[in-house]
This record gives sequence, C-alpha cells and structure tokens, in this order.
Amino acid sequence: MTVQSLAETLKLTVLCGGADALSREVTGGYCGDLLSWVMGRAPQNGVWITIMSNINVAAVAGLADIACVVLAEGVGPDAPLLERAAGENIPLLQSPEPAFTLAGRIFNALR
Amino acid sequence: MTGAPAPEGRRSEALKERYIVDGDDFQAAGSASSAMKKLLRSLGVPPEAIRRAAICMYEGEINMVIHANGGEAEVAFDGETITMTLADSGPGIPDPELALREGWSTATDAIRDLGFGAGMGLPNMKRNSDEMTIDSTAGQGTTITMTVRV
Repeated sequence: MTVQSLAETLKLTVLCGGADALSREVTGGYCGDLLSWVMGRAPQNGVWITIMSNINVAAVAGLADIACVVLAEGVGPDAPLLERAAGENIPLLQSPEPAFTLAGRIFNALR
Repeated sequence: MTGAPAPEGRRSEALKERYIVDGDDFQAAGSASSAMKKLLRSLGVPPEAIRRAAICMYEGEINMVIHANGGEAEVAFDGETITMTLADSGPGIPDPELALREGWSTATDAIRDLGFGAGMGLPNMKRNSDEMTIDSTAGQGTTITMTVRV
C-alpha cells in the first residue's frame, strides 16, 4: 500500500510530501516518541506514528528511511519540522486519533 | 557551520570527508549524517549499508551535541568499508560498558523532552556497526570509531 492510499483509506491529513514520496510503498510500521528507540527499531519503508513534533523527527525519518510520519492525537508539527520534512520530501501526515487506534487501523490496512 | 565540511579539513581524496558538529544545536543535529548519506548514495553504496552507517553517525552526532559541546566527524570509504570516526573534547565516558547498556543515560530532562536521552545511542551504534571502538579519557574527550562493511 502506498503512503497516498494509506492516507486516503485512514483519512489522514497530508501536511507535506511530493507525489513521488506519496507513491512510496509502506511495508510496516512503528510507534514511538523516543528518537533513538525509533532510529534503532523502526523498519525501513515503515510508517512511524508519534506525538513528537520537533525538527529531529525529520532527521530520524530521513536517516532511517521511513516512508512517512503520522502525527497522532491532532499534534501539529513545529514550523521547523514542517519546513525540513517538506525540504527533504518526507511525507508528514496527521490524525486526531490516538497512537493506539492509529496503529490498529494501519496494521489492519497493511495486512 | 554545522554539517558542512570543515574548510581546513577538506581532503583531496574523493572518499574521505570531514564534518564539524556544532554543540548544543539540536536544530542542525543530523546534518553531518545527512551529508554522509548523500555522499555514500552518490558512490553507489547499497541502501542497507547507508542506513546502518547513517544511524551510527546520527547517534554519534547527537551524543556529541548532548554531552560534548560538539566535535568532528570523519567518514572514509574504500569501496568495501565505511569508516566513521567521531572525536570530541567532552567530559569523556567514565564507564563505556555501562554506557553501552540499553536504557542507561545521563541526559537531562530537557534533552529527554526533545525525544533524546533514551539510553539507546551507543547501543544503536554498536548494533548497526560491524566494529566499534570507544577511546575515552575522563576530562579530555572521546573518540569513537565505527565501521560498516558494504
């Protein structure tokens, strides 16, 4: 499933991400707010669900080859995060739902 | 200038690069890793090796920003092995074995609020590298060398 179809299926708001990044295949996922934990464990091409919203999220997502970031609980990105994610073409999505619910829905969607 | 090659350190060899890591600058943290990633990609290094090296380098950068007021990072690639050397003049690591334990951290609450300080930095570096050596002297600094075989 692509990032775009995941966003459409789960009604996630796309805050940034170019067409090529949104057409990337998502093959797994990870939940977490501790950056090193995510860095070490999130799978390549995964969706990362978090409530962390500072610029370092873009650094971790880019370096760990994460397909897209979903900000849960209606959390909005800091301006520097949005700018960097857009600059590095990392899709940043947003949802009002809690991480637990999102993870369940995304898990089912990817099955 | 964080992440930019050190002007005095720019080497003529195509496969070696040095970066300055600014201390206390979480906005720019990761720029050396990003620059290294682009360099390795341009050299045709396989993505999985790049990912492992990038994780090593990012964690090292963050550690230098959190604990050592910055430092220098050097990357070398000989076609088979990526070698990363991170050197700082920080307080040193008194007990490297303890610091390698997952969850062990001396980071402040302010650092934790940014999402760092989970005590996973050195363990991640160890796990993602093929070899890692820590050379640290209390009060003088730390040099960490990591290799990732392609």
